[in-house]
Amino acid sequence: MSAPIYRVENLRKEYERRVVVDVEQLEIYAGEIFAVVGPSGAGKSTLLRLLNFLETPTYGQIVYRDRVLDGHIPIETRRQVTTVFQRPVLLRAGVRDNVAYGLGLRGQRADGRVDEIIAQVGLQALTYASAHKLSGGEMQRVALARALVIEPRVLLLDEPTANLDPYNVGLIEEIVREQNRARGTTIVLVTHNVFQAKRLAPRVGLMLNGRVIEVGNTQQFFDAPHDPRTAAFVRGEMVY
Amino acid sequence: MDELTRGFFQAIQLIFSADPALYEIIFLSLRVTGLALLVSTAIGVPVGAALGLSNIRARGFITALLYTGMGLPPVVVGLFVYLMLSRSGPFGVFGWLFTPSAMIVAQIIIAFPLVSGLTMAAVQGVDPALRLQVRSLGATRAQEVWAVLREARLGVIAAIVAAFGGIISEVGAVMLVGGNIEGKTRVLTTAIVLNTRTGEFSLAIALGVILLALAFLANVAMLRLQGKS
Repeated sequence: MSAPIYRVENLRKEYERRVVVDVEQLEIYAGEIFAVVGPSGAGKSTLLRLLNFLETPTYGQIVYRDRVLDGHIPIETRRQVTTVFQRPVLLRAGVRDNVAYGLGLRGQRADGRVDEIIAQVGLQALTYASAHKLSGGEMQRVALARALVIEPRVLLLDEPTANLDPYNVGLIEEIVREQNRARGTTIVLVTHNVFQAKRLAPRVGLMLNGRVIEVGNTQQFFDAPHDPRTAAFVRGEMVY
Repeated sequence: MDELTRGFFQAIQLIFSADPALYEIIFLSLRVTGLALLVSTAIGVPVGAALGLSNIRARGFITALLYTGMGLPPVVVGLFVYLMLSRSGPFGVFGWLFTPSAMIVAQIIIAFPLVSGLTMAAVQGVDPALRLQVRSLGATRAQEVWAVLREARLGVIAAIVAAFGGIISEVGAVMLVGGNIEGKTRVLTTAIVLNTRTGEFSLAIALGVILLALAFLANVAMLRLQGKS
């Protein structure tokens, strides 16, 4: 296994004294696809926001590429990580402008890479269409293309296929797999869909009430979980 | 009805008559309103954006002040500016009373709450998730603010259009602080008032038609800009 790209140590996030994330220890390895499963409200999305440096931990720290990150995060570091959220928020502009947005932020030109990525997500026919006139699946593909074009070191996916039809789910999963395989992008996938976690990730973790209950390789996690709560969750018997 | 028809045809005749006095009135109206709009936009858009984006505790109070300002009676603004600029007032030394400068100041005070208040509302109307999304894509704080403003641009243009409509058509303030002096501070609205008082209804209607046409053209221009957005 490669070196950890993230080391999370005693990480805690509170909102008005309510503990949302309380992770004692978690390592995410460079180049892997790691899935975090758990019920709604388990703190999965907050964990992703912390990993994307969009939130400041209340306590604890995140070690990213062997650097302890606390306080001010340099923009160069922030720009190595991006998130595709459950609900795609697109700019009031065309598909191409949306996809090229992150390049513009970095002072880079919208060159052939943009068109390549648009083709990769199967939207070349809609390159100049207004992003706000697309279907939900197409919008999410634009959001994914917008994240991929900046060639992130880490791609965080927050329930990226919730509410999408099977065609779009399959397409997005294939693009994610390809991105990881061809470019070695580290991918952290948050999902409540255990089947998706099983299909995409070699390593899975369960989050419950802000805590990481169990982390293991996919086969062990699903077939022989150590924790009874993991067993209940994967069997669909957990009441929450 | 005859008066209206006559006034309409007189307006057309007036426009093509190349009457220098009329063009002076039109140009002064556009100059005063244009400059007032420019200044209130330059100040009002950043202030509105800052209020829309911030979470300062006093925002509720400032919002209430701005919304009250949006309904300020122009004549009250005129009175206030008059007192400030009169010889015994704190800014009397400038000697601006009964000059276009005083009219511009009054119109800025009327337009500013409209521009900033409506810009604030437009910025607050932008999906809050957008800020998180652009930050996640690597936006700096300044780029994040710019992204929100770009998303709110339709509302910002609407704010400027509303302010333009509010000041090009107001009469109370410019009448008080400008004095409606021929060749110096007479604008379309004050000229309409004067001609109505002296019984020159056709001329008043003609000026009214010109004022409406100007407002219409300015709005069409801004709406085209909005459409392009």
